[in-house]
Amino acid sequence: MLSRTAANLFWMARYIERAETAARLLEVGERMSLIPSTGAGNRNEWVPLLQANGSHDGFMAKYRDPVQRNVESFMFFDRDNPSSVASCITAARENARIVRTALTSQVWDALNTAYQELMALERTERSELPLTRLTEWTLRSSALIRGAIDATQLRNDGYDFMNIGFFLERADNTARLMDVKYFVLLPRVEFVGSGLDNYQWTTLLRALSAHRAFHWAYGGEVTASKIAHFLILNRQSPRSLLTSVQGVNDHLDSLARGYGTATIAQSRARALLGGLAELTIDEVFDEGLHEFLTRFIGEVSDVGGAVFDVYLSGDTR
Amino acid sequence: MKQAEFFNEMFEDGAVRASYQGLQGWMGDMPAELRSLKQAEAEELFRRIGITFAVYGEGGDPERLMPFDMFPRVFAQEEWRRLERGVVQRAKALNAFLADVYARGEIVRAGLVPRDLVYRNEAYEAAVVGFTPPRGVFSHIVGADLVRTGPDEFFVLEDNCRTPSGVSYMLENREIMMRLFPGLFRENRIAPVDGYSEELRRTLASVAPRKCERDPTIVILSPGAYNSAYYEHSFLANLMGVELVEGQDLFVEGEFVWMRTTEGPQRVDVIYRRIDDAFIDPLCFRPDSMLGVPGLMDVYRSGGVTICSAPGAGVADDKAIYCFVPEMVRFYLGEEPILQNVPTWQCARPDDLKYVLEHLPELVVKEVHGSGGYGMLVGPKSTREQVESFRDRILAKPGNYIAQPTLSLSTCPTFVGEGVAPRHVDLRPYCLVGERVTLVPGGLTRVAMTEGSLVVNSSQGGGVKDTWVLSE
Amino acid sequence: MILTIAHETLYRYDHPMRGVVQTQRLTPARFDGQTVLDWSVEVSGCDGASVLWGGGFRDGAGDWVQGCTVVGPVSAVSVRVTGRIETNDLSGVLRGHRERIPPEAYLRHTPATAPDVALHELAQAAVAETQEPLARAHALAGAVQAAIAYRPGVTEAHTTAAESLALGEGVCQDHAHALIAAGLCVGIPGRYVSGYLQATEDGAPHEAAHAWAELFVPGLGWVGFDASNGVCPDDRYVRLGSGRDAREAAPIRGIARGPGAESLDVTVAVNIAQQ
Repeated sequence: MLSRTAANLFWMARYIERAETAARLLEVGERMSLIPSTGAGNRNEWVPLLQANGSHDGFMAKYRDPVQRNVESFMFFDRDNPSSVASCITAARENARIVRTALTSQVWDALNTAYQELMALERTERSELPLTRLTEWTLRSSALIRGAIDATQLRNDGYDFMNIGFFLERADNTARLMDVKYFVLLPRVEFVGSGLDNYQWTTLLRALSAHRAFHWAYGGEVTASKIAHFLILNRQSPRSLLTSVQGVNDHLDSLARGYGTATIAQSRARALLGGLAELTIDEVFDEGLHEFLTRFIGEVSDVGGAVFDVYLSGDTR
Repeated sequence: MKQAEFFNEMFEDGAVRASYQGLQGWMGDMPAELRSLKQAEAEELFRRIGITFAVYGEGGDPERLMPFDMFPRVFAQEEWRRLERGVVQRAKALNAFLADVYARGEIVRAGLVPRDLVYRNEAYEAAVVGFTPPRGVFSHIVGADLVRTGPDEFFVLEDNCRTPSGVSYMLENREIMMRLFPGLFRENRIAPVDGYSEELRRTLASVAPRKCERDPTIVILSPGAYNSAYYEHSFLANLMGVELVEGQDLFVEGEFVWMRTTEGPQRVDVIYRRIDDAFIDPLCFRPDSMLGVPGLMDVYRSGGVTICSAPGAGVADDKAIYCFVPEMVRFYLGEEPILQNVPTWQCARPDDLKYVLEHLPELVVKEVHGSGGYGMLVGPKSTREQVESFRDRILAKPGNYIAQPTLSLSTCPTFVGEGVAPRHVDLRPYCLVGERVTLVPGGLTRVAMTEGSLVVNSSQGGGVKDTWVLSE
Repeated sequence: MILTIAHETLYRYDHPMRGVVQTQRLTPARFDGQTVLDWSVEVSGCDGASVLWGGGFRDGAGDWVQGCTVVGPVSAVSVRVTGRIETNDLSGVLRGHRERIPPEAYLRHTPATAPDVALHELAQAAVAETQEPLARAHALAGAVQAAIAYRPGVTEAHTTAAESLALGEGVCQDHAHALIAAGLCVGIPGRYVSGYLQATEDGAPHEAAHAWAELFVPGLGWVGFDASNGVCPDDRYVRLGSGRDAREAAPIRGIARGPGAESLDVTVAVNIAQQ
């Protein structure tokens, strides 16, 4: 397969996942902003969200005032923000358009429809667009595209590249979503373990559509440590770091089988998986959640770099 | 000018011509509601499949649909046979001309084509001189633009020897007609066109380079997703099962060209390029080209890869060279031309210029290097002011223009507003030249959707039709 | 005369490059004025980069063209030409040279040789006196030599014929471009020739890596004119390749792929061999 085609498929998937994350972040932000103020002089609840998303500076330069409407504009509609839902859906469709013939008509249809609907949303009065409509639309669209891919795409190397993109992005994004917590609580360490703390954790679960799944899996009291376990180490959780890294490994292994040769990309991904699988949640908290997540995001990025070097750059021999 | 003066391909003296008899009932039976339903379905299909041509920089959605007319255009078998012989003959002569002017230039030495017209031509590539491409073929896909003025009168309006586009419409129009009206295809014996992609693949494989000793790897080289014909590029690549590449996907190493794949470099033997000569290789042509492959021309000339069509093939389809194609047929093939040229006045010649200026309101004037219906004057359809302003343009640079009589283009029934009405059409068949010279029974019929209009170009509001050749 | 040539071109990149592609015209032309005794072109990349020769072929202008690629990463590439060649003085006439491109094909200008009003005036004035083709060619060469003083360092690789004429100064590349452009103005096909010049004895101001123009003279064929030195090439000149301008005729045209910036060092020595 042409390296550029593989790159287009890989990025198409990443952008779809990234659009979904932007919507989920917006949902977390809205929920968190609904809880009572966390004490005098506490920062605006939307700021940590922007920080976790890595777009705080870009936002402040353009909008200055981090109120909900501005954040919505920025994270959903703003084409200047490369991580906005609109930017991501557009970029995903552009990548797909270039490799149209590598996609089934169902996949193209789902993605193209999402794009047409996005353009319709952009023409709609903002007053008619509550945030929930925007976030639900995004989640539904990405589910449709994902579903079309799983149901109709040939299980060839192109399918693997799409999935490697999905899972790498998901691993990165789940880690970033969890990191929002760190930014919210940064100034007030004494909140850790408080009722407020748990409320915020629960909100995070809701944003990941995992609230009920969590209760099925763990039952009883919601604690920070259970939730962290669920999002980091639980193999049943569809968005956990372990599940995502496992997915990256599965599809890299499938590539290696098909091509008859394993590369640095496989060995890096396997090392990441091995480290994660042996970890306990206590060790995560000992290291510090933020420190752990920062390290993890870096390692995921290294795997992505190896995938690029080996398969997508076209410079391997 | 009254409609009656034009040859109507369906009705002659009030009677339905034989080739269209299968359509008469179909047309009569179709109520208006069903027609608009089918039309909507067709558009939906086109949009779904993504058959669009892209127009950037004009605002609005850059991806546009080509207007599709459901009324087929029909050729009887014997009509087609003659056309086929004429097109094949012309394609052979054009290739012989190219092989000649890049070698000894016998036709020039014989005084049949002016030296300057060939050698000073913008499209003449010195970088190809002295090179004989595999099988001596320079132009592997020759598109001839034909118009009809009577039952047996066909004229060639122009030749396209570089990379004629539109064949995807020929294939998709048929596909969609078969989906919309399967009954029509059961009742009529219509020669299939879907063999085109396989024949194209075979043609390209048959011109594998000298150094290729295996099943050749073929690619289509496209300028990229922003090109107006990108859909066609990806469509053909998909049908042939070959990679659609951009310049950045290819590189030269050693004696060969390679493509970047997820499994490492893969050698490429035949490149069907859909980019212009100037962009093929920044080391040889335009140094600022980002679309091409540095070093490609060296590999080409040393027999490591075949480029289709050959750089420099455009010298044969120049509007000034066009006048000499009948001469080429006689000179190289020793045959009389089957298809006629439209009489052409070259404004570069003083006598011709004088005639053109005196008869501007009756003539069609075109730029020598223009295409797509831009920069042309259709005298009878223009206002006095338009004619006069064009006169100034011709006078400023006579060598840039040629003129032809306004042809009475044939009409074909076309669905319009309330019902069916005659509209002017032309035809572009696609001739493939490799080990064999072949023509798929069909082509792209373009139709001027506006009443009375003679301009069929898509950029000027033209549409397309399915083109039938009745078998037997 | 027997001349020895040592010509080295060294490309350095401030970042390692992924690969280098070159098209070379480094083999002397075959015609009655010169006979190669021995000749070699060696390409080497540092950092153990491998060098792959591409296919070679004789182009329509009669030049030997050789493709060459260096597989990266590579941060320096050297191209070393060494050879001995026997030369004869044919007063600039390119006798016995086999080529296919018709002279008319050279009547199209490139950006470097695009004529402007000043070039037109210069050319018209120069040929006003005579209709005899060879005399016209000489007159053009003389006019260009008079109008553009030899002075290194004032013009650069991208300077056009019109620009150097306006400046009134330039080097051999500018003289050649101006002469080609002037020829175009009066319908004389011209082309750019790159080569070597043995020039240490008379102390004339020019480089050993040299360039001049050829004009097409009916009856004689292509004739060389070195407007920098006011002569037609003789046995001190070695002809490599030709093109419509300096870029097309360049002994080495190359592109390196990668993020680095390129710097270039060229050393040429042309000497008379001790018999």
